[in-house]
Amino acid sequence: MKLSQEEQEMLNGKYGKAAKKSMEILITLGEIFDADSMVEVTGVQIAGVSYANLDEAGLEFLNEMAEDGKVKVLTTLNPAGMDRENWQALGIDENFAINQNRAIDAFAKMGIITTCSCTPYLIGNSPHFGQHLAWAESSAVCYANSVIGARTNREGGPSALASALTGKTPRYGYHLDENRYGEVLINVKTFVSGTDQFGILGKFVGDKLVELGKKIPYITGVSSATVEELKSLCASVATYGGAAMFHMENITPEYNKYPKPSKLVVEISQDDMDKARSELTDSDIEIDFVSIGCPHASLHEIATIAKLLEGKKVKKEFWITTARPTKKIADQAGYSKTIEDAGAKFAADTCCVVAPIKGRFKGIMVDSAKACYYGRAKNKFKVKIGTIQECIEEAIK
Amino acid sequence: MKLTGRKIYKGMAKAEAIVTKDGISFYGGVDPDTGIVVEVGHELEGQSVTGKVLVFPSGKGSTVGSYTMYRMKKNNTAPAAIVNKEIDTIIAVGCIISEIPCVDKIDINNIKTGQIISVNATEGLIEL
Repeated sequence: MKLSQEEQEMLNGKYGKAAKKSMEILITLGEIFDADSMVEVTGVQIAGVSYANLDEAGLEFLNEMAEDGKVKVLTTLNPAGMDRENWQALGIDENFAINQNRAIDAFAKMGIITTCSCTPYLIGNSPHFGQHLAWAESSAVCYANSVIGARTNREGGPSALASALTGKTPRYGYHLDENRYGEVLINVKTFVSGTDQFGILGKFVGDKLVELGKKIPYITGVSSATVEELKSLCASVATYGGAAMFHMENITPEYNKYPKPSKLVVEISQDDMDKARSELTDSDIEIDFVSIGCPHASLHEIATIAKLLEGKKVKKEFWITTARPTKKIADQAGYSKTIEDAGAKFAADTCCVVAPIKGRFKGIMVDSAKACYYGRAKNKFKVKIGTIQECIEEAIK
Repeated sequence: MKLTGRKIYKGMAKAEAIVTKDGISFYGGVDPDTGIVVEVGHELEGQSVTGKVLVFPSGKGSTVGSYTMYRMKKNNTAPAAIVNKEIDTIIAVGCIISEIPCVDKIDINNIKTGQIISVNATEGLIEL
């Protein structure tokens, strides 16, 4: 691998221990994946923030890196295991809260913006077309590559941190044109709309990718898509198919840059969508928990929820998971008051995937296919998927 | 017998081999406090990897596994070295941050549990 003088100096320790360790990580990954050089990144998103995942081991590593490590580029964090201001109301253990804050403090010491969101692109870590990034968080990776046309591999926590502390990532994978073309044509023969349906589409496509051993779908037949629908699709296709990007005809920016795949074609009928939906709903579910915001709710989604909840009372535990900056705008706009007056709770900085809520509820209703996967696998809940409106009807029933 | 592979992380070790044909997930699959494999149904379930040359095809599972390896190093429960058929990013990053010597691109069928192996990861060499 060819290194610049600066990169070589980082490796030699001229810029400190953390930069040296970071460069060792990046060079090793570059060599494993046959990268010829490093590329400068303009932004980083770090995963592995919840203390439930980091544990003392991860925290010790972060503290060691924080001794002399400082970020070189704009860097934001994935959701933490709790709302940093409202953790008590959400039933989070005090010991956990102390440890979670120790982890966030270590990130802050390195100059990382401790926003704690899986939607950095909605709150100011907003790349533009063609920029190189080192992002962890699979849904955001998929959004950056597909919807924005920026370029990032699916990084893990330590490799993303290494890029933050050096401003570099090895040039391989999705940084290169030749790895970004669609491999399988997905022809959607039915009308798809709403975050739940886009999530269900993502599950179908993701399962298909695994079955076919392919990575990048090229989706046709979708006439329009909102930011919220696309973020739901990104989360789902990454969760079920490990996809880092897709193309969508007339919607995503690189759809006509590469040839449309013609050899491998999969059609999706309404029956397929119905079947995928039924796979995301457990038959004998007793719902005691409703959550919206996987990935983190946008301002538009919060406005929709506020409108639907106005003057109502929820009868079940109801969390809206979102980024703190989005919550602050919702506060100013009056949405938060309407929502909280109805008895629903905001869980900012965190989400149902990473919060330590395993086994706390029997059944969860969501509008997100990704949340169904983790609700079942990680938290041992029964799950049901529906529209935002259906989620709210369930909550006030 | 000498086998040549590729350096993943530098260092030397000489220890008894523990070999499996199964992939290893350090996160959830190995107890970082004891070094014992706890994954149900794993070929090495119940056995300790501490201080041994751990030989397996490739890593699997969550990226948090890199941090688990670091924790094992701090707890003195880590393997002395790792030999893989084909490295994956979780094990690679785990070895770098924990400073565990590691070599890949080795035909691991040549290695038997209990054999003493010298690993010269810096040169990408192992000797049985």
